[in-house]
Amino acid sequence: MGTRECRHICDESSPGIGEAGRTGEWRNAFPVINQEKCVVTKRNKLTCFLCWLYCPDAVVRKEMPVSIDLEYCKGCGICAQVCPAQAITMVNEGESCPEGAGGI
Amino acid sequence: MILDGKERRRKTDVQMLDGNQAGAIGAKLSRVQVIAAYPITPQTPVTEKLSEFVEKGELNAEYIAVEGEHSALAVCASASMVGARTFTASSAHGLAYMHEMLHWTAGARLPVVLACVNRAIGAPWNVLNDQQDSISQRDTGWIQIYARNNQEILDSIIQAYKIAETVYVPVMVCYDGYVLSHTEMPVDVPSQGSVDKFLPPYKPHTTLDPSSPKNYNLVTLANPRANTQGILCHGYMELRFLLQEALQNSRETIVSVGQEFGEMFGRGYANTYWDFRLDDADIVIVAMGSLAMEAMVASKQLREKGHKVGVLGLRVFRPFPKSDLVRALRKSRVVVVFDKDISYGSEGAVCSEIKAALYGIGTTAMIRNYIVGLGGRDVKARDLVDAVEKAVMLLGQGALNVEYPEWICQI
Repeated sequence: MGTRECRHICDESSPGIGEAGRTGEWRNAFPVINQEKCVVTKRNKLTCFLCWLYCPDAVVRKEMPVSIDLEYCKGCGICAQVCPAQAITMVNEGESCPEGAGGI
Repeated sequence: MILDGKERRRKTDVQMLDGNQAGAIGAKLSRVQVIAAYPITPQTPVTEKLSEFVEKGELNAEYIAVEGEHSALAVCASASMVGARTFTASSAHGLAYMHEMLHWTAGARLPVVLACVNRAIGAPWNVLNDQQDSISQRDTGWIQIYARNNQEILDSIIQAYKIAETVYVPVMVCYDGYVLSHTEMPVDVPSQGSVDKFLPPYKPHTTLDPSSPKNYNLVTLANPRANTQGILCHGYMELRFLLQEALQNSRETIVSVGQEFGEMFGRGYANTYWDFRLDDADIVIVAMGSLAMEAMVASKQLREKGHKVGVLGLRVFRPFPKSDLVRALRKSRVVVVFDKDISYGSEGAVCSEIKAALYGIGTTAMIRNYIVGLGGRDVKARDLVDAVEKAVMLLGQGALNVEYPEWICQI
């Protein structure tokens, strides 16, 4: 089966999750949230969310506790930079989570 | 001129028009909806005439004044994408400045029509005619049609919309600066009613609609991949293939549109080239644009001297009509190609194409290439006669294919 079946004559797509492909595969490092430090988790309140606000790929979920969709996270590290509690650590792909970093 | 049906009964409206007026009227009769152009010699009167039509209320279109040619074509491409019939015109440096958007318009498969008033490119500065400007844009994915006279300019622009909107490939209608653009000739102007009958309203293949958001021409990676609905979509290379396929197939549309135009208006365009006494000719002059008219004069003089000369006036340069030319030149003994352009370090662009087309058909024709008329250098019928006679003299003495072209100049 070739690509003619999409019936497009120029590049065309509809906006949707994953439209740009599995961009998580581009990543060199992935973010790990230490929930013990995260302001949202600590206060048990919908607050802060700077990581959600700054994420250029909209992969941070605005929920309690905060989580990140690693299927599409490109590993840019902006969330780790903007986190006021320094709760996010960037870990190189292939390495395991550092001690005390917690799950994501 | 053979007229039929309604056109025969209609009182013909023959006006004295220069090429730029013919171009502007062609766009007006095509009911263009958005015009964006930036003035440049010798195209300027096209923009002036069209803005006058809009200002007087004779043409219901948006004339968008822009700061340069890159923007002019960007405006046309955007307007075309949301369903407007668009027109622009340029020359030389202006066309060069559009280069990026020429690729973009073709890649996005937008049926924009552009009038290229052929002019030489600097350095050094020159505002006069040759075809280096449009030839330099040959690989941008546009259909290129060359007019020999002002009637053909008007007719070709109307046909260009029908072709472009059928195959979704933009069309460049090229005509020689000054030689045509600023020279008045009698032009039969068809009625608006008959053009409306010939040319249906534009139906875009894509449109931007906020209620159903779409992305067009985003970053497209090398390989095809499935969209969010799981349908395998083209990668970059598949889209390039489709553009090439569209140009390859457009030859049929160009000819059928030309045929239909002839049936309606009495001026037939059902071929990719103009045939002047090719039937019994064993010597063929190949030229493109107004030079093909000059070549007809030269061929008459050569006939009087006993040479069997015909003229192949190339009308469609892209898609290059290989099969048509093979049929036309199969039996030629001598083919003399005059180019008003030069692919530096090689030869004239038309000549290269002719040679490539004839490869493998077993022809033993001698093919000679002359570079003429650059930067407005006058090309007289006598120059063409001399060049052809020289070629004939060399037949049987020299190589069939010389490495580099000869220049008709005083170096």
